[in-house]
Amino acid sequence: MIAHSVFFYIFSLIAIVSAVMVTVSKNTVHSVFFLILDFISISCLFIMIGAEFLGMIMLIVYVGAVAVLFLFVVMMLNVAEQKGQWFSSRWDGGTHIPVGLLVSLIIFFELIIVIGGWKYKPDLLNSLSINISTEVTNTRSIGNVLYTDFILLFQISGMILLVAMIGAIVLTYRERAGVKRQSYVKQISRERDEGVHLVEAERNKGVKIDA
Amino acid sequence: MDSYFSILFSEVYKILFLLVPVLVSVAMIVWLDRRVWAFVQKRRGPNVVGPFGLFQSLADALKYIFKEIIIPASSNKLVFVLAPVVTMTLALISWAVIPFGEDFVLADINVGILYLFAVSSLGVYGIIMGGWASNSKYPFLGAIRSAAQMVSYEVSIGVIIINVLLCVGSLNLSDIVMAQQNLWFVIPLFPMFVIFFISALAETNRPPFDLPEAEAELVAGYQTEYSGMMYAMFWLGEYANILLMCAMGAVLFLGGWLSPIDIFPFNAIPGPFWLIFKILFLFILFALVKATVPRYRYDQLMKLGWKIFLPFSLFYVVLTSSFLLYFDLLPGK
Repeated sequence: MIAHSVFFYIFSLIAIVSAVMVTVSKNTVHSVFFLILDFISISCLFIMIGAEFLGMIMLIVYVGAVAVLFLFVVMMLNVAEQKGQWFSSRWDGGTHIPVGLLVSLIIFFELIIVIGGWKYKPDLLNSLSINISTEVTNTRSIGNVLYTDFILLFQISGMILLVAMIGAIVLTYRERAGVKRQSYVKQISRERDEGVHLVEAERNKGVKIDA
Repeated sequence: MDSYFSILFSEVYKILFLLVPVLVSVAMIVWLDRRVWAFVQKRRGPNVVGPFGLFQSLADALKYIFKEIIIPASSNKLVFVLAPVVTMTLALISWAVIPFGEDFVLADINVGILYLFAVSSLGVYGIIMGGWASNSKYPFLGAIRSAAQMVSYEVSIGVIIINVLLCVGSLNLSDIVMAQQNLWFVIPLFPMFVIFFISALAETNRPPFDLPEAEAELVAGYQTEYSGMMYAMFWLGEYANILLMCAMGAVLFLGGWLSPIDIFPFNAIPGPFWLIFKILFLFILFALVKATVPRYRYDQLMKLGWKIFLPFSLFYVVLTSSFLLYFDLLPGK
């Protein structure tokens, strides 16, 4: 049990320190690296309480996919320069900081409400209406309730994500004129007759090829 | 306290017993790769150091160790040094769950296949970190390419794994092997095996998908600024990943440690040897592909991943599950 709590404190310490470093560190790319470290240590904590499936899914989805895209965006956009402009002393009267303050105030009060109303519930396992068996693996038990009791909610959340994905594509897609695309079918189905022309060229006059 | 130490020592002993053979076989596999490549092109390949040139990789390693490690002045030093370490570590930790035989596995965890998938999806970080920290154009372009490529092909590998899991009903790798006792999954899921093989090539940045280090365009991609032992660690990590992908293919589709037919001369050979044969078979296929197929263009690569492999493997998930449901073969009821 001692080893267990030692590991718990190590992982939670890493999680908290890296969460603080995400906001504190000056380099945006470093922030994303700390975010990744945070995700990894939280998934370790999940595994330690026996929720191995959740821990692995956390790694695959957040660290393997979402954080890669974060990193991508941060590296490509060069956010570090903009950040310097926003918080420099010669602030040009932009609206970023008031809006940012408003949003962070709202989140702060929400957090206070949540933390104020939050308490441990030692008899949680007994008071649940769902029957949790300790015999089966937690992958199986999650699957059992996710696809039976909560199938509607599960499907609806899937639809919401799909709509969000399509919406993002529709909003950012713009058709560019003059882009040359390769079509395999067109290339392969090209016959000799289309490729080679016999042109009667008049003397001392050029031939137009494009026509 | 005494029992803690005894557990610690026995675990460290087991880990060393796994890691040292893996590292040695990575060195050997580099030699094999170059040798196969050479034979396809009617050359001799490395044949000077040791019998058949077997110690070529050791000589190379020695050379790398004695070379100077150059850290570019404008690089982000910590991340620059961390990148090869991350690549190497991630390539080695995933070997913990590979089952070499019945009850012959370091960590027999319930979600083994998810662990493998998670660790292989983390592998992209070593490359991104290396490419970004070098603070130079070629490595950065290589890293961006590599990240996009690996994330894309992970998706299709994930869907392929779902196909296998539908037939097994468990995420444990030993269970996956034991489910293939009567029929290896390569037979009913043959199209998925082909797609898995091609996606594995893309996931490990092997030719014909080695765009992140396309030497004609990007010098050496994300490895351009690396030298000495740090370069060698990238190299070793890459080959350890290739071996891991071969092992994953062997476990998912080729029946892991099981012998092809359960009769005397075959089943007398112990399980680990069968797994090693299968890994070698897949690796030689990897090497032959490298020697024979020209490099893809980047848009072709993305098109193949998203527009062909992903829809097809999703379709196959529907096909597999309807087949299992119709014939009442769904496992784990």
